[in-house]
Amino acid sequence: MPLIEVRDLKTYFYTEDGVVRAVDGVDFTIEPEKTLGVVGESGCGKTVAALSIMGLIQIPPGKIETGEILYHRDGKITELTGLNPKGREYRSIRGNEIAMIFQEPMTSLNPVYTIGNQIMEAIILHQHLKKKEARKKAIEMLYAVGIPVPEQRVDEYPHQLSGGMRQRAMIAMALSCNPSLLIADEPTTALDVTIEAQVLDLMNGLRENFNTAIQFITHDLGVIAQMADNVVIMYLGKIVESATVGEIFHNTKHPYTQGLMNSIPSLATTKKERLIPIKGVVPDPFEVPEGCGFEPRCPQAMEICKTKIPPLKEVASGHLAACWLYE
Amino acid sequence: MSSDNILLDVKNLKKYFPVRKGVLRRVVAHVKAVDDIDMYIKEGETLGLVGESGCGKTTTGRTILRLLEPTAGEVRFRSKKLAGQGEEYKEVDVATASRKTLKALRRDMQVIFQDPYSSLNPRMTVGAIVGEPLLVHRVAKGRERKDRVCELLASVGLKPDHMKRYPHEFSGGQRQRIGVARALALDPQLIIADEPVSALDVSIQAQVLNMLEDLQEEFSLTYLFIAHDLSVVKHISDRVAVMYLGKIVELCKTEELFTNPKHPYTEALMSAVPVPDPDYNVERILLEGDVPSPVNPPSGCYFHPRCRYAKDACKTEAPVYRDLGNEHFATCHFADSLSLRPVRTG
Repeated sequence: MPLIEVRDLKTYFYTEDGVVRAVDGVDFTIEPEKTLGVVGESGCGKTVAALSIMGLIQIPPGKIETGEILYHRDGKITELTGLNPKGREYRSIRGNEIAMIFQEPMTSLNPVYTIGNQIMEAIILHQHLKKKEARKKAIEMLYAVGIPVPEQRVDEYPHQLSGGMRQRAMIAMALSCNPSLLIADEPTTALDVTIEAQVLDLMNGLRENFNTAIQFITHDLGVIAQMADNVVIMYLGKIVESATVGEIFHNTKHPYTQGLMNSIPSLATTKKERLIPIKGVVPDPFEVPEGCGFEPRCPQAMEICKTKIPPLKEVASGHLAACWLYE
Repeated sequence: MSSDNILLDVKNLKKYFPVRKGVLRRVVAHVKAVDDIDMYIKEGETLGLVGESGCGKTTTGRTILRLLEPTAGEVRFRSKKLAGQGEEYKEVDVATASRKTLKALRRDMQVIFQDPYSSLNPRMTVGAIVGEPLLVHRVAKGRERKDRVCELLASVGLKPDHMKRYPHEFSGGQRQRIGVARALALDPQLIIADEPVSALDVSIQAQVLNMLEDLQEEFSLTYLFIAHDLSVVKHISDRVAVMYLGKIVELCKTEELFTNPKHPYTEALMSAVPVPDPDYNVERILLEGDVPSPVNPPSGCYFHPRCRYAKDACKTEAPVYRDLGNEHFATCHFADSLSLRPVRTG
């Protein structure tokens, strides 16, 4: 039984210049206690898809056009897009059962409140604990994410912590209500590699201890290989490939995914090889191609790709790809 | 060390920033952003400079260019444009050069910045941006200047009719190309590229890296390539310098660094890079804690509080930057005896 099922989700933004189809018909599922990696370049819709689950799309200009987000809990199914994002039920889920951490920990923490206050806010609100107990719990959480001397750190302000520590505090806040899903949007992109390694290690450990499913959004294939069980690759608001992490790396099907793999320099190769970049640039969101979104950049494009959008279909067991090559 | 083809020779370079406090703005401490570094770059090669944020890699680049006044040290540069008749080059110390010499030197040393959004003036057309160095240095004007700009745009993969457009009309990758065209305008010998691809998406990053390699060959350029991404640095560099808290902890040929590292920080840095292979599960070396503050660095070896091989001597005695042979330099007491884990190959 999946935890989250997203079906044909379309999230559009109505701007002065036209309609941006940020998420244009995506389907994916998140299994309990597993990590789903969402990979794509800037503007591919990976963050908007996550914000749609959180009910954090600003309406207007945004709008969830169609689609369902089915949230399974205690044998019950809740359809999240049908709820009022500002309503009581959504608020009892958001931050409590589904929590999110963001890329830039400095801008997502409030600079005028102590770390402790910010963690306690969620605990008091969702778990109805008294202030004293909430504080105890906040210190416990800071300890769990490996912040040294949590009794002292709990009273410090965000600016007193380093980047890695802030991201740990964000994780502590997100996990304080023991969510069933943690959405992590590029949580380590702003961090240095040695700190990134610490935070990734911590997240893997916490997933086991808290039995939390993770939706891990990143553009870094190295991070995905290390963190994810299943992977979806997004391009121009659509999922182009979806499979287990092993399949994605060892049996890559979609030309875009292959292009991504070829364009990253590898630490492992010994001789100096020329990179094989993907030609061209991501199309303007107001002028998306009529057929397959990747067609103008695809080295294997065919006639059909220009006019018809390829469906996402099974190309190997449990491995989906949206490409006419596999028709 | 042979000195025949050394283009840039940096010796004991220091850049300290004062920390002022109180009403009288008295100097209470110094941030040792660049703390006594030595390195040289040979003609036509790419020296990569890696390190984590705050380690002083950008300050090093800017101090070499003298966009920042060095606190001490020498930056000896062999300029072709300043050479007199019959001379192949003239050696100049950038750190002490006069204003006039410095301006002339700018034609030989150029820079590419990290952020392609903030490093181009939004009110100037691309033609004006790329052509400005030609005007400032009175190299070309009018028709000739326009032709030169067209040529430059073509060499970075842009079209001549892009000249009339403004930076906001371009994507990140294209803007970085404009920045590169501007750096090439005066036909420089050395280009200091400060994180030129960090702000770009992976597919675009590969395009720009390939272009930089092609241009190096075409115009026989020498690069100082500053980046935090080890795989990018490994890809583009002939030799790599690793910085930590204002000091170079290791410098050697790229392949040597990745197969035979001599400094524990290099080992940890390489081990921390996420490998794009789900079957790779060698245990990572996790460094504890954060990078210490450069205002108040640890005693002895700056790296000792996070080093897993640290011994008593490391706490009190600062190691010396020394040559281990074969152009392999390291700043570690135990560089000869440690056997460190190389990056996984194959």
